[in-house]
Amino acid sequence: MKAEGKKKVWSDYQKNIADNHYFYVRSCIRQTFFPGSETTFLKILRNNLSKDIFEDARHTTCTGIGYHTDIVPFETLMTIIARQFALMTEAGYSHFVPSCVTSFGIYTEVLDTWKHFPETEEKTREYLWKATKREFKVPDNLAHTSDIIYKFRENISAISKYRLVNRKTGEPLNVVEHIGCHYSKMFPSSGVGGAEFPAVLTGMVESWGGNVIDYPERRHCCGFGFRQYLVKANRGYSLSNSKKKFESMQPYKPDFIVANCPGCAMFLDRWQYTIAEMEGTTYDQFGMGIPVLTYEEMAGLVLGYSPWEMGMQMHQVSVEPLLDKIGVEYQKNEKYKGLHGQDIGKPQKPQFLIV
Amino acid sequence: MTEQKHIVIIGGGPAGLQAASGLKDSGHQITIIEKESTIGGKLNSWHKLFPEFQTANDISVYLINSINNSNTEVLKQTIVTKITRENNHFKISTAQNHSLKADAILLATGFELFRAEKKEEYGYGIYKNIITSADLESSFRQNGLKDLLLGKTHPRIGFIHCVGSRDKKCGNTYCSKVCCVTGVKQAIEIKQLIPHSQVFNFYMDLRMYGQNFEELYIEAQQDYSINFIRGRVSEIAENIDGTLQIKAEDTLSGRPLKMNFDLVILLAGMENRQDYDNIMDNNIKLSRSNGFIVPINRHVRPNETTIPGIFIAGTCREPLSIQETIADAKSAASTITEWINKQSN
Repeated sequence: MKAEGKKKVWSDYQKNIADNHYFYVRSCIRQTFFPGSETTFLKILRNNLSKDIFEDARHTTCTGIGYHTDIVPFETLMTIIARQFALMTEAGYSHFVPSCVTSFGIYTEVLDTWKHFPETEEKTREYLWKATKREFKVPDNLAHTSDIIYKFRENISAISKYRLVNRKTGEPLNVVEHIGCHYSKMFPSSGVGGAEFPAVLTGMVESWGGNVIDYPERRHCCGFGFRQYLVKANRGYSLSNSKKKFESMQPYKPDFIVANCPGCAMFLDRWQYTIAEMEGTTYDQFGMGIPVLTYEEMAGLVLGYSPWEMGMQMHQVSVEPLLDKIGVEYQKNEKYKGLHGQDIGKPQKPQFLIV
Repeated sequence: MTEQKHIVIIGGGPAGLQAASGLKDSGHQITIIEKESTIGGKLNSWHKLFPEFQTANDISVYLINSINNSNTEVLKQTIVTKITRENNHFKISTAQNHSLKADAILLATGFELFRAEKKEEYGYGIYKNIITSADLESSFRQNGLKDLLLGKTHPRIGFIHCVGSRDKKCGNTYCSKVCCVTGVKQAIEIKQLIPHSQVFNFYMDLRMYGQNFEELYIEAQQDYSINFIRGRVSEIAENIDGTLQIKAEDTLSGRPLKMNFDLVILLAGMENRQDYDNIMDNNIKLSRSNGFIVPINRHVRPNETTIPGIFIAGTCREPLSIQETIADAKSAASTITEWINKQSN
């Protein structure tokens, strides 16, 4: 591996990321999958980076899942996107920041369609006006939330409480970074670092002291792919994709996986339980699996946020071994307490995966 | 007797040298401008030539010798910065402060190798065991792959055809023509060097257009057991031991495949030289197709451009083999002589 070769590729894929005043749109699934991540993002931006970020509770799903499963027509999707832009315009913002990678791909695709086929934008404006009497401006800047964290990675590093370093050995933690397909595989120039050697998560990991693993199946789909898991009969295919990745990364002994897509983080985490139940296989030496983090959780840990306040007790693979490696201070007995100290209940123990 | 004219040849590779050789007895003043410190062009870094494995150096020496003891002036390490038209001649300026007056110019500027790093999915420049066909030739010349394979006696080696050719994604829809047979030739050379190696060629289709090319392809399969898999490689990644994992589709069996290799060679195509795109004055507009210079008529006037007095030879017009380049340069020399004679009459 020649690091300078990668840097050359990255230099070809730099994108303009606005530095303040963001209009934030949440994911429709992340709050269920990783419930504290979006709140952590807002806290980091507002409290640690002193940025202005606004969200409007009236925003809706982008309908991306429906679109990618051929349920929602493109014209409908464009009109819904136009409504989100209208909310942004009404709030006086022009920097649009979606939390979900599929949404980011949808927004990128719609803007690209409007650029090349201006008549579709005009038609969408007409539909939106007929449906809602709203108007909108196209965002000046579209960036995924991981782009924002990437942009401020050195600022975060400067105020970090912890590093992505094994506290006992002093060695950098080995990190698997996984980019959602819809982040840059459809439009390579829309992602930091492009599609083949994306830099968005790598940049964060390296800035915070970690070491990124370049394993053979790095580019392979996590297994989330809508058509793989939405149809129940196809879920074996979804699982086999994840398994292929785990087997490929295992020899590099990763300390954790970080992803920037709701589905990737979800499936790479939960399928480890499924594989363990099916085959008795785990991909670490202690039978506990490889912890899977969202980039907000990774940033939050570095900044000293409580793992339980970030919702990390909701992970299938326990994060405690990782917390111990980093040296994060946490209360074991508070893992299953809610924000207000109430008992949220303990999950049933799996047969093979140690939690 | 025709008045002596000044013919400037830009490019001292095979086309430029052969054209100079063809013009040396014409009675005109000939100047070759070469940007490198030596003449011979890309032949200097090539090992052997298809289809008969003739040593490239022999051809290079032959061409250089053919202009020795002539009045041909060779300006090495000289870079043309501007060409302007003034009345019935051209003024050529160089970065080395030459100002030449030319009655005719022959562009023999050659090609650039496709920058394989643009095919990011193949990891050239990132993974150390991925090289181009040009890198392989250099390695043949230097130490016969020793540095690359570190003494492995049974290496598995893959060739990927059409890298930067017939590929809309990287902007080149044309065929570079010589890569197919180069891949076959290099595969045989590897088998000759390392008999126990396993060699695989991944191709779209094999265009064995020239004399004895098809025979070479058959020889590769029958005598050297070289494998040919019809299918494009989708991506290359590095394994933990430094070997390379490739993913491809075998389009004959209709199945995806994944294989490991010790060395992968990218058969990089030809592109026009972009460094000569902007040297022409505004009133000199050369027609281009796929970046290459278009002649007046490919069939009957292949060496003439739309600008009277500016001629082309070799791969600045289109991808050509060395054989074709030399034949084309002979044609260009003859065309220039005829044109000057017509002007003088």
